[in-house]
Amino acid sequence: MSGAGRSVFVLGYGNPGRQDDGLGLSMAETIQSLGLSFVTTDAAFQLNIEEAETISGYDVVIFVDASVDAPEPFSFERLAPAGEVTFTSHSVSPGSIMKLAADHFGPAPEAYVMAIRGYSFEFEEGLTEPAQRNLEAALTFLSDFLSRRSRESVREDFDPRLESAGVK
Amino acid sequence: MATRKIVINPVTRVEGHGKVTIHLDEEGHIGQTRFHITEFRGFERFVQGRLYWEAPVIVERLCGICPVSHHLAASKAMDIIAGAEKITPTAEKMRRLMHYGQTYQSHALHFFHLCSPDLLFGFDAPVEKRNVFGVIEAYPEVAKKAVLMRKFGQEVIKATGGKKVHCTGSIPGGVNKNLSKDEADELKRDADTMVEWAVEALELCKKIINADAKRLLEFGTFESNFVSIVKEDGCMDLYDGNLRAIDPDGKIIFDQVKPADYLDYIKEEVRPWSYMKFPFISPLGKEKGWYRVGPLARLNCATYIDTPIAEKEREVFMALGNGRPIHSSLAYHWARLIELIHAAEKIRDLLNDPDLQKDDLLVTGKRRKRGVAWIEAPRGTLFHHYEVDDNDQITMANLIVSTTNNNEPMNRVVKKVAEQYLDRKKITEGLLNHIEVGIRAYDPCLSCATHALGQMPLIVQLFDHNDDLVDERVRG
Repeated sequence: MSGAGRSVFVLGYGNPGRQDDGLGLSMAETIQSLGLSFVTTDAAFQLNIEEAETISGYDVVIFVDASVDAPEPFSFERLAPAGEVTFTSHSVSPGSIMKLAADHFGPAPEAYVMAIRGYSFEFEEGLTEPAQRNLEAALTFLSDFLSRRSRESVREDFDPRLESAGVK
Repeated sequence: MATRKIVINPVTRVEGHGKVTIHLDEEGHIGQTRFHITEFRGFERFVQGRLYWEAPVIVERLCGICPVSHHLAASKAMDIIAGAEKITPTAEKMRRLMHYGQTYQSHALHFFHLCSPDLLFGFDAPVEKRNVFGVIEAYPEVAKKAVLMRKFGQEVIKATGGKKVHCTGSIPGGVNKNLSKDEADELKRDADTMVEWAVEALELCKKIINADAKRLLEFGTFESNFVSIVKEDGCMDLYDGNLRAIDPDGKIIFDQVKPADYLDYIKEEVRPWSYMKFPFISPLGKEKGWYRVGPLARLNCATYIDTPIAEKEREVFMALGNGRPIHSSLAYHWARLIELIHAAEKIRDLLNDPDLQKDDLLVTGKRRKRGVAWIEAPRGTLFHHYEVDDNDQITMANLIVSTTNNNEPMNRVVKKVAEQYLDRKKITEGLLNHIEVGIRAYDPCLSCATHALGQMPLIVQLFDHNDDLVDERVRG
C-alpha cells in the first residue's frame, strides 16, 4: 500500500446510502478516477482503528468526510495527532487515528481533514444538489492541492485554511 | 401513580441515536425503563421496488459495522428467490470466510473499544480514561494488536467481498469470485498469529473477570430465554442452520425451525413509544416469550463448537452455570471472545481449503417469490425476509436485526442497573457509567448507517413527575 517518495493517501468515508453522508466516498472515487500516480485512495464506511497502520505508510494523508456543520462549501485543515474521546463505539476521529499511528506505527504522516458540508442524511441514494455543489468546489481545491504537491515539497508556512473556498 | 422521567440521549459510545428514559413513581422507585432507538423501518420501505439481485448490495448500507452480515443474509434469502437453495461448496466457503472475517474484526473491535476499557479501568473510572485511548496508553501492546486484528479481519473481507465498503462478492445463487492462491497465501501468513492473539484477548478478559467474579458476573444479570442458529446436531454455526430456543433452565422450547417457518415461532410486538419492535417467541406470548440473541445466546444454545480451542473454552465457560445457561450480561464479553477464537480458527482452516480456488461459483434454478434466511451476525441472529413479484421487484421486506431481537433485554438491563445505582435527586456520573456498561454488553447497533462529523453529543436530562426539566448533563 505504501507509496514511494511523497506519497499521498486520500481516505473518504461515509455511507452513500444516506444521501450526503456519501460525500467522502464520492470524493475518494473521483480522486481515484484522476489516476494520479502518487495518490492512493480508499473508502470506508466508518473511520476506525485499523486505519492507523494503513496511514503510517504515507507521507501525506487527507481524511475526507461529510459534515453537518462545516463552513460551506467545505473546510480543509491541518490535523495533529490527538487522543480525543469519542462517544461512538463504531468510529474514531481522524486525530485519534493519527495518534494511534504516531504512537505505534512510526512517524505520523502530515495530515489534513477535509469536511464537506452536507445537508440531508436520510435513507436515500445520491447527494443533494447543494452537497453536490460543495463536492465540486472541494474537488477543485483538492485537485489543485494534489497537483501542487506533486511538484513541490511542503512549504513550512503553508496554511491550507487560507486557501480553502470561502476563507480566501 | 405519577412518575417523573430521566432522559439519557443518546447513549454514549453506542452508535446512532439512542435514548434512555427512566420513569419513577412518586416514591422514587423505578417504574419503567425504556431504551429508545431510531430504527430501520424506513430502510425496509427503501428496498421495496428494487430488483431482487440488487438487495445484497443495497442492504449493506444499513450498517457501518456489520455490512457483511446484511450482505450475506440478503444473498441467502435471494438464493431461494433465484432457485438456488444449495449453492456450490466454493461459494459457501467463500461466504463463510467473509463472514468469519467480519465476526473476527467486529468482536476484536468490541473487546478493545468497549469491553476492555470498562474491565481494565473499572466502571467508575472517568470517561476521559475509560476509553480505547486509555487502553492504548496503559496497555500499548494490547492496543497495537487490536489495530492489527481489526485490519486482518478487514483484509479477509476485502479478499472475499471484493472491497471493504459495499462488498459485491456474494450474489443470488453464489459468489462472483473465488480466492486466488496468492490472496490465500497473503492471509495465511498472519492466520496463526490471529488465533494466538484471540486466545490472549480471552485470557485477559478471564483474568479480569475472575479477579472480581461475583461483582462482575452479577452486574445487570436477569434470566431470559435464548435463541440462536445451530446445526442439526446442535453445533454452533454462525453462517447457517436452523433456529433453536431454550428457556432460562436450558430446556428446549423449539429446535430445528427452518427460516421459511419463522413466522410460526417469532412474532413482533409494536409498542407506541418505540420505533423498534419487540420480538417474542409466539407460543410463549409477549410476557414470557422475549429472548436474548448474540454471543451469550449462541454459547448457551449450542451443544458444542467444532473448533478445538473454542470448544475447550466453551466447556470452561459453561461450567459457570452449573448445568444451567449463563444469564450474566457481562458474560456476553466472555462469550464474544470465545467466538473470536472460533472465527480465527475457522479462517485459518478455510485458508487451507483448495475449494476456495475452484471456479464453480454460481447455481441457478426455479424462480420463487418468497425468500427467508438468517445468519448469526456478530451481535446476534439477523432475519431477512423478502417477497418478489414477477417483474423481479421486491414488494415486501421484513428485517429483524440483532439489536431488535435484543430490544427487551436492553430495557431489562437498564432497569436492573437503574434499580441499583439511581440517585433520585440528580443524574450522576455513576448512573450514567453503569447504564453504559450494561447496554454496551449487548453492543447495540442503532442507526449506525450515518456518522457525519458532529452528530454524537451525549445529553442527559432529568424531568420531574410533571415532565419539567430539573437536571441536564451534556457529554461530548
